[in-house]
Amino acid sequence: MASISVRNLTVRRGHNVVLSDFSVAIDAGRLTGLVGPSGGGKTTLIRSIVGVQRILSGEVMVLGEPAGSPSLRHRVGYVTQAPSVYGDLTVLENLEYFARVLGLDNSRIPFTIDSVDLNHRATARVASLSGGERSRCSLAIALLGQPPVLVLDEPTVGLDPVLRRDLWALFRRLADAGNTVLVSSHVMDEAERCDTLLLLRDGKLLANEEIPSLLTRTGTNNVEQAFLALIDGAAA
Amino acid sequence: MNRITSTAQRVLKQLRHDRRTMALLMIVPVFLMALVSWIFPQPVFDRIGLSMLGIFPFITMFLVTSIATLRERQSGTLERLLSMPMRKVDFIIGYQLAFAVLSLLQSLIAVGVAVWWLNLQFAGPKWMAIVVAMSVAQLGTALGLALSALAQTEFQAVQFLPAVIIPQLFLCGLFVPRDSLNHILQPISNLLPLSYAVDVLNGVSAQATLSSEVWWKFGVIWAFVVGCVVIGSLTLKRRSI
Repeated sequence: MASISVRNLTVRRGHNVVLSDFSVAIDAGRLTGLVGPSGGGKTTLIRSIVGVQRILSGEVMVLGEPAGSPSLRHRVGYVTQAPSVYGDLTVLENLEYFARVLGLDNSRIPFTIDSVDLNHRATARVASLSGGERSRCSLAIALLGQPPVLVLDEPTVGLDPVLRRDLWALFRRLADAGNTVLVSSHVMDEAERCDTLLLLRDGKLLANEEIPSLLTRTGTNNVEQAFLALIDGAAA
Repeated sequence: MNRITSTAQRVLKQLRHDRRTMALLMIVPVFLMALVSWIFPQPVFDRIGLSMLGIFPFITMFLVTSIATLRERQSGTLERLLSMPMRKVDFIIGYQLAFAVLSLLQSLIAVGVAVWWLNLQFAGPKWMAIVVAMSVAQLGTALGLALSALAQTEFQAVQFLPAVIIPQLFLCGLFVPRDSLNHILQPISNLLPLSYAVDVLNGVSAQATLSSEVWWKFGVIWAFVVGCVVIGSLTLKRRSI
């Protein structure tokens, strides 16, 4: 069942039309990857789904409500590309603050810190953390309220392979539990861990399908080749 | 309410981790007061000293708020908060509350030093000097929040100080009494919030019991605060380009 549906979305940023008459449906209970070169509209699409992007026309529905409506603000977890955390607070203080903004008590904080593997850094100031640790802190905030829709913009940039594997395992568990998980990435081998792939380039959806079918259709062995085949096909 | 107080606590925690800023906020007004008292003979210091007590919190809170909210915009934390169940007015009042606490501390120290060490004389009640200083600090915070939407970089934000604050300093009655300004400047001066702050502090300086005119002008300061909070909540956008 589609928990996110985008219909005829047009977004302009400055003089640039980033998305034009764009439509897509994203299912709950699946791990959906949003891939494509930078500048292709991934972040704009994500921001439209979260409801922080000013749109020109079209409709974005999340869990049956217009994106950004007040009833969704508890139910959509959002991680921006640059970690949106307070550098001058500790990891714990960041989580305590956002928990109170979400109307939660502190009971889930230890579990959440554990799920992003930041136990040993909980009382460190975020500014003193490495880039990867900072983005995991940002991810932890999005996970706090156990939102049924999780929208993550490049959450694994700058992480080492072990952490990336662990985080993808976490995304997999969340999706298998029935949540909608949309993860953007420009690393193609990561994308292979998804159920469904959205290939976005220059604001156009080159593919929206399961990986085996994508590989069969393009006659390729991996996502990167499939992507290149689709781009060459589009250019021809 | 919970979101307001937790935002205020969070802002204060951020500042508490930043000891140098805290020290500057508390010590600089005292240092400037002392400097003014040494430059001028005592009668002049008595006349302008109290106005200075109102102007420092206005400037410092304006600057700190402008930079703090600009940082929230740039780091993405503001966008994140507004994608959560956070009302825009909760965010703003949270900041107002945090800086109310800070300006209470600041003006307690500044008034204490001015009265007991620099021997500043004024007829009105001491607590009123602190109340006015805090109100002016609220004005600085609200104005900083409202204007921060117009600044995209720190460089721009810092330029608001000469653009917005210094004209008010010239016209507020600190340098030239407001009723001797010419017929163009006087009406302008009547539109600027700092003018009312200085009028009120002049009242506290001269009157043992404050006249109704002083109280009315004190009300005008708060009308400006409310106005700036409203503008601030309008300029804070959930959706951006």
